[in-house]
Amino acid sequence: MFPRPIQQTRVTTQIAYRIALPVALIIWLLPLLGVAMTSLKPASDLAKGNYFGWPSHLAFVNYADVFRNSPIAQYILNSFKVTIPTVIGAVALSCMTGFALAVYRFRLNLVIFFIFVAGNFVPFQILMVPVRDLTLQLGLYNTITGLALFHISFQTGFCTLFMRNFIRALPSELIEAARVEGVSEVKIFWYIVLPLMRPAIAALSVLVFTFIWNDYFWATVLTNGSSTQPVTAGLYSLNGQWVAQWQLVSAGSLVAALPPVLMFFAMQRHFIAGLTLGAVK
Amino acid sequence: MTPALADAREPSRRSYWRRNQRRLAPALFIAPGGLMFLIYVVIPIFRSISISFYHWDGLGAMKWAGFGNYAELWSDPAFVVSLENNLIWLVLYMFAVPAGLFIAIFLNQTVRGIRIYKSLFFFPFVISQVVVGLIFSWFYAPDFGLLFKLTKMLTGHGIAVLASETYATYGIIAAGLWPQIAYCMILYLTGLNNVAPDQIEAARLDGAKGWRMLWYVVIPQLRPATFIAVVVTVIGALRSFDLVSIMTQGGPYGATRVLSYYMYEEALSEYGYRMGYGAAIAVVLFLIMMVFISGFIWKMYRDETER
Repeated sequence: MFPRPIQQTRVTTQIAYRIALPVALIIWLLPLLGVAMTSLKPASDLAKGNYFGWPSHLAFVNYADVFRNSPIAQYILNSFKVTIPTVIGAVALSCMTGFALAVYRFRLNLVIFFIFVAGNFVPFQILMVPVRDLTLQLGLYNTITGLALFHISFQTGFCTLFMRNFIRALPSELIEAARVEGVSEVKIFWYIVLPLMRPAIAALSVLVFTFIWNDYFWATVLTNGSSTQPVTAGLYSLNGQWVAQWQLVSAGSLVAALPPVLMFFAMQRHFIAGLTLGAVK
Repeated sequence: MTPALADAREPSRRSYWRRNQRRLAPALFIAPGGLMFLIYVVIPIFRSISISFYHWDGLGAMKWAGFGNYAELWSDPAFVVSLENNLIWLVLYMFAVPAGLFIAIFLNQTVRGIRIYKSLFFFPFVISQVVVGLIFSWFYAPDFGLLFKLTKMLTGHGIAVLASETYATYGIIAAGLWPQIAYCMILYLTGLNNVAPDQIEAARLDGAKGWRMLWYVVIPQLRPATFIAVVVTVIGALRSFDLVSIMTQGGPYGATRVLSYYMYEEALSEYGYRMGYGAAIAVVLFLIMMVFISGFIWKMYRDETER
């Protein structure tokens, strides 16, 4: 193990480590802690210039204000409406593409696989004008459907990379044995491979959820107005309205960040398994 | 249709599928995802390239421009600034890789509660860049921002980072590094978990420790993690859009523009709907990215054919 386990070091080092851990964490999260504290300050504190001291009292009313005086609830709902179909769609499509690319040998296999991989890395801007144009022509501009359709397609690239490598690592004897038994290819997919993909499906679901929830660029390109905009784009326009009302900006930011954070803490292991894919091979 | 004919057709159709299903199945499984990807990703790339050769406002007729848009790029100071800033991003963003490694080593212990520490250190990556941008705007805010007060205390006059043409880009990069370091850290934590313990022990018996151990024994074993960390960091640096948009909108005086943001400005914002010119900027960004993508694909190709 590297570095040497702290238990094998001198007592002073151990104590120093115990102290360094929380100190480092507080420094690391300082900007976030500052914002969390600001979100609980009454407006009068900020007016008096109390930016960094403790709040004179805990003003949970800021959170209530954010919900009362802004369409943030609508924004959050929109985010869910975009994110959930995207997760389902991208994961479902990539289960199939990943399966096909992992299990079958055919001439264009690697070419198709590499197109998915490369497409997943291109800068968004090279897609922006045509995708916006396409969405306009389909009559889907400024709709949840238009945004979700794009996200599903784009995320399929990353998900295919992930699924294909995951299925590749499964024992191929299972599939061979089923074929000898005369099981059809569709049934092999459905009854043999799919049940084994559960961990991959879980990992991708949390990852895609976070990616899409946090997407800002496509939200600004394909939607406008509070009836369709997800919370990232919404927060940007609210920030314009709440000039210098940092207690509201802070509270709104934290509310917007909450769903992926909860998701992360609930499904931490899957999340990290997804992110670190390939980092250990 | 006579019954005999129908009978003859049924089994033959079924057996056609039976006989050929291993050849047909991949096409069927790929079709839905592949089609969506084709329509929304692959074709748009080529359309953007073709649009970059036209003058177009997004609505009216397209007017052939030849290399006009590209020629204009080189005499456009805003483009040059964006390109330079992209370079600065690329170079400074790389700091996330060693910083992530450093924190991962710091946290790679088995004391009580370490799992919570690890997740809290990872925390910045989970929150959206919009929120990160707002958090750092608050941190940098003139007059009352923490950094402003700090610099005022140290030097006598506070620095309003985001209002300064000199410092604003660095301020945004610092904000971007925060989640990026967290990402690299988690990659390295997983990598460290998989370092062969016997090799470490053997090296330890040979008297290796500290930096020498890290450099000669550990880092070579972390190569896969380093590779992914570099890839995601390069992509993150070149994709930087959210933070610029949230924190400065390219300002002050266009000093913090990067290609991704400048492209958006030209093509969609109030500065005008110059889709062709925007597409040309996007193509330049795409070509820069392609250098890295090709490298990545090349490595994958080698790994695939070795197996």
